[in-house]
Amino acid sequence: MAKAETMILDKAGIARAITRIAHEILEYNKGCENLALIGIRTGGDHLASLIQSGINGIEGGEVPLGTVDITMYRDDLAVRGNLPIGKTEIPFPLDGKHVVLVDDVLYTGRTIRSAMDALMDFGRPSTIQLAVLIDRGHRELPIRADYVGRNVPTAREEDVEVVFNEEKTPVEVRLIKP
Amino acid sequence: MSFQHKHILGIEQLSSEDIQMILDTGDAFKEVNTRDIKKVPTLRGKTIINAFFEASTRTRLSFEIAGKRLSADTVNISGSTSSVVKGETLEDTAKNIEAMAPDIIVIRHGHSGSAHYLAERVDCSIINAGDGAHEHPSQALLDLMTIREHKGSIEGLEVAIVGDITHSRVVRSNIYALSKMGAKVRLCGPGTMLPIGIERLGNVEVFTDMRDAIQDADVVMMLRIQMERQSNIMLPSLREYARFYGLNPTNVQLAKPDAIVMHPGPINRGVEISSVVADGVQNVILDQVENGVAVRMALLYLVSGVESMQTK
Repeated sequence: MAKAETMILDKAGIARAITRIAHEILEYNKGCENLALIGIRTGGDHLASLIQSGINGIEGGEVPLGTVDITMYRDDLAVRGNLPIGKTEIPFPLDGKHVVLVDDVLYTGRTIRSAMDALMDFGRPSTIQLAVLIDRGHRELPIRADYVGRNVPTAREEDVEVVFNEEKTPVEVRLIKP
Repeated sequence: MSFQHKHILGIEQLSSEDIQMILDTGDAFKEVNTRDIKKVPTLRGKTIINAFFEASTRTRLSFEIAGKRLSADTVNISGSTSSVVKGETLEDTAKNIEAMAPDIIVIRHGHSGSAHYLAERVDCSIINAGDGAHEHPSQALLDLMTIREHKGSIEGLEVAIVGDITHSRVVRSNIYALSKMGAKVRLCGPGTMLPIGIERLGNVEVFTDMRDAIQDADVVMMLRIQMERQSNIMLPSLREYARFYGLNPTNVQLAKPDAIVMHPGPINRGVEISSVVADGVQNVILDQVENGVAVRMALLYLVSGVESMQTK
């Protein structure tokens, strides 16, 4: 059976959502002092770098940027077997920082749980906030996003895909029905 | 493509894709070793037995630290303190270990083929940490990781390995690994320590004059003279050996200016390598030890993933 795909956000829509998130982050944190962005591989890291340039364009300050790979912290490794492990790069101390975790799609919340565990192993941030491009619901853990690009009601059997081009810029968000 | 090997018995069974995956995974795990909190929960609840029936400091410590950093429970048994001294056979010892339900057994044993022998007889994963003069896969993998780190890639490199080729399991694993990754291996040692036909194991050329072997090499790997496996017939004297087959400040200059000097350890200073070279700027001996932990974390992780998929 052919899969039905619907476009939820186009390139301009994504860019506007990211700009708004950058403004909201600055508003909530009253500037970019002690702010840090950490993107979750893969997808969140590209978005985090776009939010970083967004913040840079507004305030002119360079917010430190890191990436985290959560494979080592997954709770389903026993079922998933050996997934490839990517690199975690957090080249600055997290102690006392207001860390904004960035991911493309928020779904069960398990990825975010793993990412928070990973961050705690690197230091003690003052706060951890969560920014996502898409919140598709169906949480399995008590986790919510502070900054959301777009809320998309979905069914569990559907899939949300954020498409990146070769320059790692998000060009489209699709809802895929089985 | 995912990793499919439940056991790591030798490099011979691995493809270049497998080796690439192990090295990439090792690179990712290396970051954990630089953190303040050097521990990730990846293998929580797994039990790893390090069964070392032969002396070892580096390899055993390295496997133990690798397991602990992945949150597995690691238990060590050694030959001299186990029931082996009471006459228990290897198979019986292994069956008894297996009855306590470990997930991985890391074994070092003086007999070639002992890891294969166990893999056919127990259900858990087996990782060969050195079997006789056969293979020492984790050593070759950490060597490759170190070479790749310093040289960018392995393909096309000229790697000279000098020393007791006959008794060295490190050499056999390295011949397979380097050949599979596209490097050329130059072997050199006294005639008594060069087995006939060794060149058939891979992309190998054999030299008897050390100066020819290390001329313009990208990597010079020195092997330890294994005093414990030596009879007097092999070597007239250590001094003579050091003179003809030892790496010193003079002959090391024959290699490329940016060549790296490697040694699997433990080193016999003044025999196969002079102290000046062993501590010199070209040496990467301690990088090898550092990468050993990362590469063993990768092996434990990959093997354990295959194991848990198969029991499903």
